[in-house]
Amino acid sequence: MAAVSLIIPLLSLMVGQEGIAWPDTSTELGRALFLMRTQRVLAGFIVGGTLSCAGAVLQAVLRNPLADPYVLGVSSGGAVGAALAIATGFVNYSAYALPMTAFVAAIVTLAIVYRLASRHGHTSVHGLILSGVVVSTMLSSVLMVTLSFTRNERLHGILWWMLGNLQAGDIRILVGCGVCGLIAFVVSLAMARDLNALTLGREMAHNIGIRTRFAVGCSLAAATLAAASAVALAGLIGFVGLIVPHAVRQLSGPDHRRLIPAVFLAGGAFLVICDTLSRSLIPVREIPVGVITALTGGPFFLFLLRRRRHEWEI
Amino acid sequence: MGNLTPAMSSNTPAIDLKNVTAGYFATPVISDLTLTVTTGERVAIIGPNGAGKSTLFRIITGLIRPTGGTVTLYGQPLLKITAAERARTIAIVSQELESTMPFTAGELVMMGRTAALSRWSPPSREDRRIIAEAMALTETSHLKRRIFQEMSGGERQRVSIAMALAARPRIILLDEPTAHLDMNHRLDTLLLIERLNREQGVTIMMIGHDLNLAAEYFPRMVLLHEGRIVADGSPAQVLTSEILSPVYRCGVTIHPDPATGALRVFPTKL
Repeated sequence: MAAVSLIIPLLSLMVGQEGIAWPDTSTELGRALFLMRTQRVLAGFIVGGTLSCAGAVLQAVLRNPLADPYVLGVSSGGAVGAALAIATGFVNYSAYALPMTAFVAAIVTLAIVYRLASRHGHTSVHGLILSGVVVSTMLSSVLMVTLSFTRNERLHGILWWMLGNLQAGDIRILVGCGVCGLIAFVVSLAMARDLNALTLGREMAHNIGIRTRFAVGCSLAAATLAAASAVALAGLIGFVGLIVPHAVRQLSGPDHRRLIPAVFLAGGAFLVICDTLSRSLIPVREIPVGVITALTGGPFFLFLLRRRRHEWEI
Repeated sequence: MGNLTPAMSSNTPAIDLKNVTAGYFATPVISDLTLTVTTGERVAIIGPNGAGKSTLFRIITGLIRPTGGTVTLYGQPLLKITAAERARTIAIVSQELESTMPFTAGELVMMGRTAALSRWSPPSREDRRIIAEAMALTETSHLKRRIFQEMSGGERQRVSIAMALAARPRIILLDEPTAHLDMNHRLDTLLLIERLNREQGVTIMMIGHDLNLAAEYFPRMVLLHEGRIVADGSPAQVLTSEILSPVYRCGVTIHPDPATGALRVFPTKL
């Protein structure tokens, strides 16, 4: 599986609106094209991998099969941040303005959600999910208000960002977000056995010798870092973080020591495929990659749900 | 049992609670409780719902920090022991083990050994041997590759005990291990617990609702009521209608079993 998920990005380098072939790197245009595609495929792989990894971590920690990287309000926080940056014209100052605003807003939102879910120094899982949902809904309203006050020519930018876009404006953004995503991945991998234990509930995890507060904190931090850097790099790309962990679990089993690396590779490959389709399916126009992930991932998820219903007592 | 085997007749207190007060959010559930359990003992904790039995276990595992008093394990203050060290000493069999994910029995039993494994390296051959032994002892070896969620209540309970054994603990706490089991599986579970105690010297504390089974298999019984110890002693000392009747708020008649001589408790109208 590892081999397959590494070959897919290479193949997708060959595909584009300009036809299917290896770009001719002897010409100026060919080199530019090759560089653009490489960046885009790399961004797709990293974003897909980190989102899926964050999804797997959150599904274990929150003990909820419907958890995804966005469940704790990371997406709506990032979205509001990005929308404000675009609406106010702040984006025009620097290439970093948009990802940085989205990143900071996502982290701040999570801090608020975490604070709301904590009482007497104890953070409950249900509290996290509930306050995440409430904060998300409130932020969506803020987003709507922002949209309705935004001038027409800037609306397109916000919309495109909300649908997800893997063409990073600047290679330094790609590197920055990529490094954050990889750190999150390594931390998740280090927490693998803690995640296994946490699926049994906090009390049982404590009983078998896990420092649960540390484990939950570390895992949530890793998942947030992953989700925030993915949001900053590529906007909102839904479904990847929800379905990839489910699909991979069917193949590798639920043991996180195997699951986390497998999910990272599979998620990366999945998003690269979706993005390749998005930029080559219809000539000249580009379909937003978020639309492709939802349209392919949604039915697949429903199929899995019907087939293995008994595994999840929802 | 390697270096974890305590001397069978040693007098070291395995668990020592002194004047412990604890509860949730400042409401005390356990008040000023003092209890000593000696290595190799088999103690049943009984009492009505809400007496503080499960809270007592949570104090011993360090999940709840007492607001007053001290807890020591083998002479060491609980607060000074790391989570991993504590889990290698005490294992807990909870009422019902539940995972949200389709783990196999083998994977779960391996999780019971978490505290003995390193974060990065896979389990060693020795670890695998210990896990195989734990599964053999609980007659769950054939379930190794089966999905835990798909098993029957009795099978799950045995896997849960195997998980506790995988840590090679010196103490096992069982919280109503027989609550969801049929008659025959209750008996099997208690026989297994007795065997672990006798052959391997594992100190046992069990919360039980079934006073008759507790009386038959446990030489020492501790009766809790409203967070305090009301009676502590042999079944004959604890199971009297004078003691039980006010605690359970019903009439109680007690007869020795004609075949085994073990005490039998029957509730009656007041």
